[in-house]
Amino acid sequence: MNLHEYQAKKLFNEYGLPVSKGIAVDTADEAVAAAKELGGVRWVIKAQVHAGGRGKAGGVRLVNSADEIRQFAETYIGTNLVTAQTDERGQPVSKIYVEEFTDIARELYLGAVIDRSSRRLIFMASTEGGVEIEKVAEETPEKILQAVIDPAIGPMPYQGRELGFRLGLSGKQINQFGSIFMSLSRLFEERDLALLEINPLVITSAGDIHCLDAKVSVDSNALYRQKFLSEMRDVSQEDKRESEASKFGLNYVALEGNIGCMVNGAGLAMGTMDLVKLHGGSPANFLDVGGGATKQAVSEAFKIILSDSDVSAILINIFGGIVQCNIIADGIIGAVKDVGVNVPVVVRFEGNNAELGVATLADSDVDIIAAMSLTDAVEQVVRVAEG
Amino acid sequence: MSILINKNTKVICQGFTGSQGTMHSEQAISYGTQLVGGITPGKGGQVHLDLPVFDTVGEAVDATGADASVIYVPAQFAKDGIFEAAAAGIKLIVCITEGVPTLDMLSVKASLDSRGIRLIGPNCPGVITPGECKIGIMPGDIHLPGKVGIVSRSGTLTYEAVKQTTDLGFGQSTCVGIGGDPIPGSNFIDILALFEKDPLTEAIVMVGEIGGTAEEEAAEYIKKYVTKPVVAYIAGVTAPPGKRMGHAGAIIAGGKGTAEDKFAFLKDAGVQTVKSLAKIGYALQEATGW
Repeated sequence: MNLHEYQAKKLFNEYGLPVSKGIAVDTADEAVAAAKELGGVRWVIKAQVHAGGRGKAGGVRLVNSADEIRQFAETYIGTNLVTAQTDERGQPVSKIYVEEFTDIARELYLGAVIDRSSRRLIFMASTEGGVEIEKVAEETPEKILQAVIDPAIGPMPYQGRELGFRLGLSGKQINQFGSIFMSLSRLFEERDLALLEINPLVITSAGDIHCLDAKVSVDSNALYRQKFLSEMRDVSQEDKRESEASKFGLNYVALEGNIGCMVNGAGLAMGTMDLVKLHGGSPANFLDVGGGATKQAVSEAFKIILSDSDVSAILINIFGGIVQCNIIADGIIGAVKDVGVNVPVVVRFEGNNAELGVATLADSDVDIIAAMSLTDAVEQVVRVAEG
Repeated sequence: MSILINKNTKVICQGFTGSQGTMHSEQAISYGTQLVGGITPGKGGQVHLDLPVFDTVGEAVDATGADASVIYVPAQFAKDGIFEAAAAGIKLIVCITEGVPTLDMLSVKASLDSRGIRLIGPNCPGVITPGECKIGIMPGDIHLPGKVGIVSRSGTLTYEAVKQTTDLGFGQSTCVGIGGDPIPGSNFIDILALFEKDPLTEAIVMVGEIGGTAEEEAAEYIKKYVTKPVVAYIAGVTAPPGKRMGHAGAIIAGGKGTAEDKFAFLKDAGVQTVKSLAKIGYALQEATGW
C-alpha cells in the first residue's frame, strides 16, 4: 500500500526526520490560507498522487504569490495528473501539498528496500539525486552505495557514517546523515515498510541535510498491526475494479486484451493468461478466484470481468484441488443466470469431479462451452473471442 | 527414497482444531500421513480426529516424538508458531499460512538458517512424497509415486505439473511448494540440492513465476551442480510491470524479475524450458527421452 507524500512526511516528522513544514489541502482557498500560515514569500506546491514523475508532468511548482497558488490549485484539484509512471488516464488529484521553500545546494538519493536475494534490509544511497534511480543503477551502478542491515544486529551508526563519508559529506552533515539513517531504519522496521525513498535528499544552502521528498510503501500483509497507516489508504488512487475485487477476496488486475480469465490460484491465473497469448489471443485480465471459488465469488468475478467492455469471451480454468468441480459448475451456472452473461464462456475443469462438472454444465440450459483439456479450452476461447 | 519427508515422518499440526487445520488434517490422515497429534493453546488434553491435542509444541514433541510440524495458524501468529516449533526441536516446519508480513520472515529466516532448521513456505501448498506422506493442502489423489521431483512457487500450477507427470506414468518422488512470498523459508536452490542427491529423483520440474531473482539464481546453481535433467516453466509472461499478481512475491519491480529474463537464464543453464503450462509433461519427455 502506497502513501501520499504528505502522509509519508507526517510519518517522517514523527520520527524526527528533517522535513519542510507543509499543509495538505483540498481547495484553492485552503491552499492560499496554508501558504499564509506557513509564512515566507516562496512556496512549493505539489499535487498528491501515487505516482512518480510529478515534477516533469507539471504537478510540482515553485510559486511566489497567492495568485499562483490559487491558479495551480484550481488547475489541478479535481483533475487527473498524467505522468510517465501512470497510465494514459492518470491519477486523480484530490489534495495538494503546500510546503515551505527550501534552497538547494546539492541533491542526493537515499532509499531502503528489502532485498529478496540476500533477505536483508538494504539502504541505497547515491550522489545522483533528483533523477530516476533505476537509470543510475543501470548506467552507473558504481554510483549506488549500499548498507546491508543484519537482522540479528540491526542498523549500526557506523553504517550511516560510512555512507555519509562515501557520499562526500563532511562536518556536521555526517552526524545529520547518520541520524537520518538510524531513524529511517527504525521507521522501516517499526512501521512494516516495503519501500522507502527520499529522492532527492538535499543539502540546503545552509549546509543542512533535508528530506525534500518522501515515498513510502507499506507491506500490505502487515496492515493488521499498522492501524495508523491503514487509515491512510486512499482508494481513489487504486484501480476501481481492483479494489472492488479485493472486497470479495478476489485478486484482479486489468490488462489490455479481450479474453476475460477466471482461474483458481494466482500462479495458474498467470499461466492461463500466458497460454491465451501463446495461442494468439489477448487476455483482458488476471483474476484469481481463490481456492474456494464459491458461487458468490464466481458471480462477483463475472461482474468484474464484464465491467470491462472490451471482453468478448470468458475462459474459466479451474483445477479442483480441495474443491469439487461439480459444485463449482453449479456456481458458474447460477452466476451466469444471475449476472446475465452475454459473451461466450469456455470452461475447463481438472481435478476433483472434473467429469461430473463438465456433465453438469452440459446438462444445464445455459450456453457454456465445456473444454476437454487446457489447450482445447484456450484454443476454443481464442476462436470464439474473434467472433 | 524421497526428500524431506517419507512414511516414517511423524507430523504434528499447529492450529489443529481450527477449520483449516481440521479439514487438511483429516485429508492427511486418510492419505496415510503419520499425523501424531496437534497443538491448540488452551485445548491441551482434548482429543481431536482421534489424536491428542497439546497446549504447546514442546509438550507435543515430548509426547509423540514428532519430527515435522505443519502450521495453519492465522498470519499474525505465524512467526510465533514457527519459532515455537523451532524451539521445540522440530527440524522441518511447513507453514501453509498466507499473508505473513515480510519483516517477520526476515528474522525467521535468519534465525532458522543459523540453527539448521528447514522451513517450507509460508504461503505454500506444502510437501508431499506420494504414497507415503502428505503435509499440506494439495489434493493427494493426483499424485503417483515415481521419479520426478517437483519444486514450485505456486499451488495450482504445481497440481498441473503433477497431473501431467502422473498421466504420463512418471510419478513424483517428492513435490515441494516453496510458496509465493518474497522471502520463502526455502528457495529453489535448497530443494534442487536435495533432489540432486536423492537417488529416486531422476528428473526435476521447476515451476517459477515473475518477481525476484530466485529462478536466475537457480539457473546458475543448475549450471554448476545439477546433473539431472531439469524442465522449467515460468508463469507471468503477460504480467504488466509494477503489478502484484496475486502472490506477494509475484511483481516485476524496476524492470527486474520478468519471465523473459528467467526463461533466458534457465535456457542458458541448459534447462529445458517450456512456454505452455499444458506441455510440462511433454517437455519432460523431451528432456529425458522417456
